[in-house]
Amino acid sequence: MQRWPVLLFLAWAGSLFFCGIGLFTSGFLLMRIELTNRSSCADPLGAPAWAGQGPAPGACWLPRRVPKAVLLIIDALTFDFARFDPAKDRPRPYENKLGFLHQLSSSQPRHARLYRFRADPPTTTMQRIKGITTGSLPTFIDVGSNFASYAIQEDNLLSQLVQNGRRVVFMGDDTWDGLFPQKFFRSYFFPSFNVKDLHTVDDGILQHLYPTVDGGEWDLLIAHFLGVDHCGHKHGPDHPEMAKKLTQMNEMLRSLVDHLGNDTLLLVAGDHGMTETGDHGGDSEKEVNAALFVYSKRPLFGARLPEEPETVPQVNLVPTLALLLGVPIPYSSIGEVMAELFSGDGDAASAALRQLSAYHVNARQVDRFLHSYSLAAQDLPAPRLRHLRGLFSAAVEEHAQLLGRVREGGPPSPELQARLGRLVGRFQHYLREARAVCMESWARFHPLRMVAGCALIAASCLLCCLASELAALDFPYRRRLLYPLLWGLAGAALLGLGHLLAREGLDLLLVASGGAAASQLGFFWHLGGRRPLPARGAGVRPPGPSAGLWQRLALPMGALLLRCGAMFSDSFVVAEARVAPFLLASLAVLLVGRLLWRGQLAALEAPRQHKKSWQVLCLLAALLACLRLSSLFHQCREETPLCQPSPLLAPLAGLPSAQAKNLSYLLCVASLAGLVYALRRWLRHCGNLNGSGPLVLFVRWAFPLLALCVACYWAVASGAEDTLGKLQEPVQAALEGFPRAAYGLACLGLLLALWEPLTVFVPDGREAAGAIVTPYQRAPSSQADLLHVIPQIYRRMQESLKSQLDGGERGAPVAAYGLGSVYSAALLVVLTLLGFLLLLLHSERLSLAFLLLFLEAFVLLRLHAWVGRLAGDAEPFVVPWDAVTSWALAATQFFYSTGHQPVFPAIHWNAAFVGFQQGHSSHLVPALLVGANTFTSYILFAVGCPLLLLWPFVCEAPSSPRRRLKEELCEEEPMMEMRLRESPERFSAALLQLGLKYLFVLGMQLLACVGAAMVLRRHLMVWKVFAPKFLFEALGFVVSSVCLLLGISLVLRVDCALSAWFQRLRPR
Amino acid sequence: MKDTEIKRLLFAHIVCVFSIILTTIVPPLFLENFSVLGTHLIWLCICSICVTTVNIILYIILKPNPSSKRISLAHKITKFLKCCVFFFISCILFHGIIVLYGAPLIESVLETFLFAVLLSTFTTLHCLCILGPNIQAWIRVFSKNGAMSIWDNSLQITTMCSIVGAWFGAFPIPLDWDRPWQIWPISCSLGATFGYVAGLIIAPLWIYWNRKQLTYKSR
Repeated sequence: MQRWPVLLFLAWAGSLFFCGIGLFTSGFLLMRIELTNRSSCADPLGAPAWAGQGPAPGACWLPRRVPKAVLLIIDALTFDFARFDPAKDRPRPYENKLGFLHQLSSSQPRHARLYRFRADPPTTTMQRIKGITTGSLPTFIDVGSNFASYAIQEDNLLSQLVQNGRRVVFMGDDTWDGLFPQKFFRSYFFPSFNVKDLHTVDDGILQHLYPTVDGGEWDLLIAHFLGVDHCGHKHGPDHPEMAKKLTQMNEMLRSLVDHLGNDTLLLVAGDHGMTETGDHGGDSEKEVNAALFVYSKRPLFGARLPEEPETVPQVNLVPTLALLLGVPIPYSSIGEVMAELFSGDGDAASAALRQLSAYHVNARQVDRFLHSYSLAAQDLPAPRLRHLRGLFSAAVEEHAQLLGRVREGGPPSPELQARLGRLVGRFQHYLREARAVCMESWARFHPLRMVAGCALIAASCLLCCLASELAALDFPYRRRLLYPLLWGLAGAALLGLGHLLAREGLDLLLVASGGAAASQLGFFWHLGGRRPLPARGAGVRPPGPSAGLWQRLALPMGALLLRCGAMFSDSFVVAEARVAPFLLASLAVLLVGRLLWRGQLAALEAPRQHKKSWQVLCLLAALLACLRLSSLFHQCREETPLCQPSPLLAPLAGLPSAQAKNLSYLLCVASLAGLVYALRRWLRHCGNLNGSGPLVLFVRWAFPLLALCVACYWAVASGAEDTLGKLQEPVQAALEGFPRAAYGLACLGLLLALWEPLTVFVPDGREAAGAIVTPYQRAPSSQADLLHVIPQIYRRMQESLKSQLDGGERGAPVAAYGLGSVYSAALLVVLTLLGFLLLLLHSERLSLAFLLLFLEAFVLLRLHAWVGRLAGDAEPFVVPWDAVTSWALAATQFFYSTGHQPVFPAIHWNAAFVGFQQGHSSHLVPALLVGANTFTSYILFAVGCPLLLLWPFVCEAPSSPRRRLKEELCEEEPMMEMRLRESPERFSAALLQLGLKYLFVLGMQLLACVGAAMVLRRHLMVWKVFAPKFLFEALGFVVSSVCLLLGISLVLRVDCALSAWFQRLRPR
Repeated sequence: MKDTEIKRLLFAHIVCVFSIILTTIVPPLFLENFSVLGTHLIWLCICSICVTTVNIILYIILKPNPSSKRISLAHKITKFLKCCVFFFISCILFHGIIVLYGAPLIESVLETFLFAVLLSTFTTLHCLCILGPNIQAWIRVFSKNGAMSIWDNSLQITTMCSIVGAWFGAFPIPLDWDRPWQIWPISCSLGATFGYVAGLIIAPLWIYWNRKQLTYKSR
């Protein structure tokens, strides 16, 4: 029996996938660390005062220049919408509709100006709101302290305003409510979800806008109109509806300006543009080209009017607005102030000095941010940072010098003026460079890495598929494993050396993926080198291999392909909770239908066969019922507003009525007890519960104890709110103690299962020794001798089992109980232990879902065993593809049916505090707990995967004693799992093949996710649907493959222990 | 012999197809506000009733499996009652299977049930007409090499096409296109209908093309 090569090969195949995932992730998921620092007025960044300006009252960093501001965000206001071209004689529906803006800027050029407002991709509304308020570039993962809500954790304009006592009033899109909970002085939110609804939000705003403006109880008023965006989504820009909507906006602006006071600044901005079809989200020119319009009744600008409107990056709004309103710039802003707005009245020199002080503050703030960021993360390239630092210090030095000269007094000379102008240029240069550096590392995909990662995963899938087909034949591990590994090592070493020689930093990920690719090449090279002769496999293969192959593969591969195809549509990803059970049900029905079609289901001649057919039909019905029931435990995601999350997901503590609470609690405890009872019943049925081995004792005594711990924990947790003050302390202790006891017991059980996994019982040494009749007088020394002994032991065991079941006399010689199901028994014990452990992390009523999970897995195993038997598969050592595919589908289905969804807000964060009420000191334990909670079904199904191989053998056992009596005794005894031990080579090959098949099915799903994320990276839903789905699927794959390895190694450990056990029998 | 048989089959199927087409064209003449999508339930009823009548009339005219024995009236009546019971059971079974496949359990029960009735009309009714209430014969027909006449073959093809059509009809439901036909059970019932019509058309053609290979065991 080759144990280590099997494990090594599987680990190698898994790590190939890991490299692919890592490579793809590094190209696709751009990360940015969120800093928690906040700016405050006390920060020593304020500009040094220059002559003629004392510290103004209420000044913070810079004196407040604008007492009030109105920020109107018209969603998807493209620059083309805002521009007015009187020369156009036949404007399209969206052109020349905002005539009022043009009227203002042409009649009052010093009061109003239109800009191109350049949005940074991703151009989705939420990311843009983040950009407009934090002044940073949001990427998909802004690694912050909290994933659970969308609320902005970073320092931002609104929190600065609130911190400094300003009143912010908001009306419009309710996305802001999620982003800034409790920040507004007053707010009027309107639902934004229905894209077809053009008017609710706009009409709601118009109803409140003018009264609020006139009321004057605000310092910053934000109104976010959605009509234009929704009109774009519904009709596209080129539609009469758009003309109507824009005309409405024009009228709104006209009357709003009448209501504004003299000291109010008006900003009209689009958060992003739209394409020809009215969509947005990507980075095409039309999508990033929004409009910004600035107006004030006091003159703002110099007299010079630029020919073509200037382009302003969107992040520039934040420092500008902050300094104008006299609050600190948010800490992480990387924007540049719009200097024109700071020039004010007066001569050119004083205007330049005012601009310079704004720039100076701005540059110091950006420098401070870059410094803190480079301490927290390494993703900004160090040489560029050094270069920036140089620019910054030179500019600041020069600024100080110039200020000194200005303080000395004297009329500003033209030379000084020129130097001031140059200094403005240097500050601008610095700020733009800094923004460019940040953008390069945060907001750009690496297509090459993405493609390479995708290719690596695809090649690994191919490798798994090929190797699993070859594993049934002769499988020379040296050629298949050792050489590729050597190739991989050589490739990695070469790549690493190349890196070192090129004096670049050693990128571990690149080196690892290079090694992975090289080892794959090695595998395929040695595959093509010499085809092994199918010496042993030829006899067993069906006569028409290609037709047989097609028939074997059509169903499971069809289901798998459909599932993979579904990953490419956002609707199907959102509805995956229904897609997976649908496919699983279809697969099972088709399997049974195929039996019927081939006439294998209802062989009417034999009445016994008839009974089997009924059993298969009952199993199918049970499977369908399980599938349907499991959908009761669904969680909802944001995209389906009509969906109601299942009430069963809420913890019991939240139930208002005591009676309902008690009833549900009893139900949960009953399901716990049911789980324990079912396991013990099954083990007793197989004869594994006799004897006094440590694992048997554990199952007998510790399992009820474990269930008791869980039940007690639930009782305390669900009643914790009602307890009196005095009992607070013991309750807290219990809340910590019970789960920890359960953890401890479960870990003890797992260790026991590893240390002594045998559940075989030999009642009495002498009697047993006498019972085994060996044809050898001496002890069997070789493997072949042992092989002779095993069946005999087994037969004895069978007889004894039968006599016990008959309840007859105990005279029959007894050798060993439970030998026939020794592998599956250990796996079942471990699975149940894991089930308890994971159950503890979920809310109470999900125990019913766990019960369903175990039931469905059981039904699936039995169904496949029966189907395999009825179909008369010649090869019991090969697990058919349908079984593996349905196993993987069931894992996906129960991911959803344990109340999860592949989005961050749906993660059960409570799991981190089970047994750790006071929080954690490290990040590892909570991450483990939450991860275990999230990937529960993946863990259980992956560990249980070897059962697919074992179950057909277990099912050979007589299911009832009566049937056994009827059968002739001379009929060959069922050997159950000992048949696996009889041919150890084929056993190890079968395990390897099963593992590879499971890896292949998981890998195909992963490949589909990766492909969808790559192909659809410009899709509107990429950050809401595809990217989270990819992340969850990738993590799920990692968890599954590790657990699969654990499951298989457990089987191999049992095999090891079994060998030792047979060796111990030898001396007799 | 065989060619005339195929012609009779073709005739029967064409009548069936026309009856389905008529169910979409004729009712608007009598009923106000009728449309297949808008008043889908009424269409489901009309379609089921129409297909049932046409099938029974065709069965009476064509007698696909003529038996030599004379059958008494009482026997005929029991057979008819048995058929009714079978049909009803199949409706319930289909309803159950549809719900197990993910249809809502309590809401829109009527829709689901009418869809089940439609599916039964397309599948069970056909079987009842051709094979009679005889489960053993059904199991025989729906297995490889089990067909004993071209009628059995056509039965296989139309039944499978209807069910596969209904299965494919479930695919567009999750999509966010907001079309009226995505509402439960319209896409599925339309899929089943299209599948049935396709089956009706394919069956004679397929049998005609494979008439050389098709050899039937005598009963």
